[in-house]
Amino acid sequence: MPTAIEETVELPKLSNDEIARYSRHLILPEVGMEGQQKLKAAKVLCVGTGGLGAPLALYLAAAGVGTIGLVDFDTVDASNLQRQIIHSTATVGKLKVDSAEIMLKGLNPTVKVIKHNTMLTSANALEILKDYDVIADGTDNFQTRYLVNDACVLLNKPNAYGSIFRFEGQASVFGTKEGPCYRCLYPEPPPPGLVPSCAEGGVLGILPGLVGVIQATETIKLILGIGEPLIGRLLLVDALGMSFRTLKLRKNPECPVCGPNPTVTELIDYDQFCGITPPSEVGPLEVARDKAVTDLPVVDGIPQISVQELKRKLDAKEDVFVLDVREPHEYKIVNLGAPLIPVGEIALRTAELADKKDSEIVVHCKSGARSQRAALALKQAGFTNVSNLTGGILAWADKIDPSLPKY
Amino acid sequence: MNIHIPTPLRAYTGGLETVSVAGTTVSSVFQQLTVQYPELKPHLFTPEGKLRSFVNVYLNDDDIRYLPNKEETAANDSDELTIIPSIAGGTSCRL
Ligand SMILES: [Zn+2]
Repeated sequence: MPTAIEETVELPKLSNDEIARYSRHLILPEVGMEGQQKLKAAKVLCVGTGGLGAPLALYLAAAGVGTIGLVDFDTVDASNLQRQIIHSTATVGKLKVDSAEIMLKGLNPTVKVIKHNTMLTSANALEILKDYDVIADGTDNFQTRYLVNDACVLLNKPNAYGSIFRFEGQASVFGTKEGPCYRCLYPEPPPPGLVPSCAEGGVLGILPGLVGVIQATETIKLILGIGEPLIGRLLLVDALGMSFRTLKLRKNPECPVCGPNPTVTELIDYDQFCGITPPSEVGPLEVARDKAVTDLPVVDGIPQISVQELKRKLDAKEDVFVLDVREPHEYKIVNLGAPLIPVGEIALRTAELADKKDSEIVVHCKSGARSQRAALALKQAGFTNVSNLTGGILAWADKIDPSLPKY
Repeated sequence: MNIHIPTPLRAYTGGLETVSVAGTTVSSVFQQLTVQYPELKPHLFTPEGKLRSFVNVYLNDDDIRYLPNKEETAANDSDELTIIPSIAGGTSCRL
């Protein structure tokens, strides 16, 4: 297995302090002085400093990887800390790249941290990725998955891939000359409607730890040129059954990026490729990025109503029917006492609302995205007066009833 | 034969990780699977009845796309089918 580090460059020397710090590596023949020097010379880019990126970057820093790049545009939120162990209570509210740097530098002050406080896009990806030896993809959306994959193939950089959902994880190494890429496995993304919504998609906090550490292991192996990296294999992790399986992956001869006759030879518009409204418009993606639908009066024909306006209507005893479209387990966390029909069941259960066809209905969810979908479905089903509660129950907790918990 | 259902699709199999279905070829097993669990169908097949391209199906350790007879590959009770959907999670968003 060839190493990801160019052997032609002279490897950096280790100081006596470094020799002491890395002694457990140095006495492993598979690593040794040369391996530790390769780690010091290595530059690894962690795309995302979330659940996967957190343990990944921490272990890379501990192992003595010389340069760690971090791409993230988010800030630390208290709800991240259930799994994103590179951040801490003290850094809630800080930029994730700054928060991560504090932890990495605390663990290993010699590591060079390069912060890219930006969203990875087609316009900047090649420029950001080109200086790194290994890319570790720990993002949370399909657009960035395909973007990172294509950029890695175009730049001929190995991609230590990891992905998680609830109790299940996947890991592989994509983007090498000899092996397949992400598109060989998944030529197309699923249409947005078929992906389980985020609310249905919680995650067991330790699972990204497990998978992120596998990504770190693969990264280190690629740098050292040892062992059998997950090239051409997909590791499936099931945390509930605690079973690990690997499946053979093949290079798809018709792969549009890494095949012999590629049709994708430069980065494309990945929002469009994934069937997602570009972020410049008010659409689901903007909500997915944690900004609730903005205060436009009407979105796709659905009036948007503020929590203050709903409060006023309720206080005035106006005849308004409030419908909660979250999942039952969310309802248990906090609710407004409204009847519950999860967004996925709306279309099947409109009969239950038959007497509300012409009533004023206000639909709410957690932050306003699912309720917008539900409102559209109701309108489609012939309901004539449906509006969407801007900001959902979170906005209600913020502006109307601060005693409510936020999740 | 046994079919392993991935987490995102277990909502449509009553939470089951493994379901047992009769059939002599991969496609007949899938046919039977969607009869037993009709809600799975739109997630696995296009309206035209083709397996969706973001769903990978493995017969034992092999991707059926690379088997000579693809979906028409013969299958017996001791074989295992695994469905692998795309998952994108790395952190998780807060909708
Ligand atoms: Zn490929």
